[in-house]
Amino acid sequence: MRNILIVARKEIQEGLRNRWVLATTLLLAGLALSLTFLGSAPTGTVGVRALDVVIVSLSSLTIFLVPLIALLISHDAIVGEMERGTMLLLLSYPVGRWQVLLGKFIGHLSILAFATLLGYGAAAGALAATGAEIDAESWIAFASMIGSSILLGAAFIAVGYLVSALVRERGTAGGIAVGIWLVFVLIYDMALLGMLVVDQGRTLSGGFLNALLLLNPADAYRLFNLTGTAGVSAFSGMAGVAQTATLGPYPLLAALAAWTLVPLGLAALAFSRREL
Amino acid sequence: MTGTVEIRNVVKRFGKVEAVRDVSFSLPEGETVALVGHNGAGKTTLMKLMLGLIRPTGGSIKVLGDDPAAGQFEARRRLGYLPENVSFNTALTGHETLAFYARLKREPGKSVAPLLERVGLTHAASRRVGTYSKGMRQRLGLAQALLGEPRVLLLDEPTTGLDPALRQSFYEIVEELRGRGATVLLSSHALTEIEERAGRVLIMNRGIKVADGTLDELRRIARLPTRIRLKVTDAGLTNVPNWLGPVEGWRRVNGHMVEIDASPERKIEVLRRATDEGAPVEDLDVVPPTLDELYAHFLLSQETAR
Repeated sequence: MRNILIVARKEIQEGLRNRWVLATTLLLAGLALSLTFLGSAPTGTVGVRALDVVIVSLSSLTIFLVPLIALLISHDAIVGEMERGTMLLLLSYPVGRWQVLLGKFIGHLSILAFATLLGYGAAAGALAATGAEIDAESWIAFASMIGSSILLGAAFIAVGYLVSALVRERGTAGGIAVGIWLVFVLIYDMALLGMLVVDQGRTLSGGFLNALLLLNPADAYRLFNLTGTAGVSAFSGMAGVAQTATLGPYPLLAALAAWTLVPLGLAALAFSRREL
Repeated sequence: MTGTVEIRNVVKRFGKVEAVRDVSFSLPEGETVALVGHNGAGKTTLMKLMLGLIRPTGGSIKVLGDDPAAGQFEARRRLGYLPENVSFNTALTGHETLAFYARLKREPGKSVAPLLERVGLTHAASRRVGTYSKGMRQRLGLAQALLGEPRVLLLDEPTTGLDPALRQSFYEIVEELRGRGATVLLSSHALTEIEERAGRVLIMNRGIKVADGTLDELRRIARLPTRIRLKVTDAGLTNVPNWLGPVEGWRRVNGHMVEIDASPERKIEVLRRATDEGAPVEDLDVVPPTLDELYAHFLLSQETAR
């Protein structure tokens, strides 16, 4: 356990030093703040559920941005250290490979969590400071949005590690990471939509659709946040979906957790078998 | 005899390439052993095997009583390793880097500053490693290898990039650790440098151990001629065979010098003649075969045996 924390601490230290933490936090805070104030223009300041609007726009932002940031910091984690030669020295120390991997995971996730919490928290804080009335339900929805955003980041960090543990070169890892981002964030939904349009509801059942949505962490995240509470789903235009979707919040969270644990386990396995 | 490092019939294949073929040796406490060989002779592979970074295809390895690849970390705490081309994360300072490695070895944080002092990096301790020169990085590499009073030190090409003064202090540190009972395994291309320092030499070629012994033992096995150099007067130069006797393999070099390659059993005879009263010799030098020559000899004899 101590080894894991030592590695995690070094990872955070490096993140602070090479300004990853600063850059991510500023980026998320900047975008969150601009969405909060520009995004509230159509509803006006009299909108009673200002925070719900923010949740809708922020979770849409998260789907694009958080997986990208997560893959950027994670795809290099193993193969990059191997190429630079730092891994050779590290593994000659009394530390297990799974401890290195888990330590890095905790470190990278802390960086992402810190940036998300601070960046998005700034938006909510700013909103509260302008005197908007926010009820408890909205706060809960906002908190669970931040929590699930971190979970989404965890899933993509784990996927990035798996790529990093499998490939031989950094460039390959970078390419695959971009590919994964494109598939999960953009192409998957388009393909799904296209399939539904072509099918016209004849053969594809709702259960099958649900399974397909769970197979993509970004979709699981989207459903969780946009249909999670009545107030939010009304704004997001997902109210119809929310009524027909048979997936409750727990299967969606479980899907995100599985998307974290399975790739992480596979990455540890691949890493332990690698020869330096 | 059991040493700190025991290698028995170790074979390592990477696909079709046999990097190490049936190598056995044992390294005792308090000895400096030089591992010598071409690039690709299997030196680095042997070190990685001892560290448990790769698993042997066959044979067994024990380091400080443990199998290094079995995932037992106890032995690694007493093991120092300096990889060839050591590299560090460039974002952290020298002190932070060393403190990180010290924590992994469960060494107290206060052991970091004296170590930096010892390798002469105190002035650069709070600078980022990214700003370090090659020699400074190598010194930081040495400092991390010395963490925790190691009982086994594996040094892969340790003096590349070090200037002569640092080389000297580097070998002093190694010698001090050896004196306290550490096993030091040192690989290098700079054979003349190792010659004076290593008690024992292991010569590797294409994954096979071709020679193993002290320099004297290797010289005896190789039976290489000793080079005797005589400075002769003008008069003596004209009739060398007269006073030197029937010696084959002599030649004149640089005008006044006569050089003789004497086989081990003729060596004394030649020296007697040269120092005999009346011999026109003003000065003489005796040069035993160097490690370079021994190395070339063992490589050649192994190549022809194949």
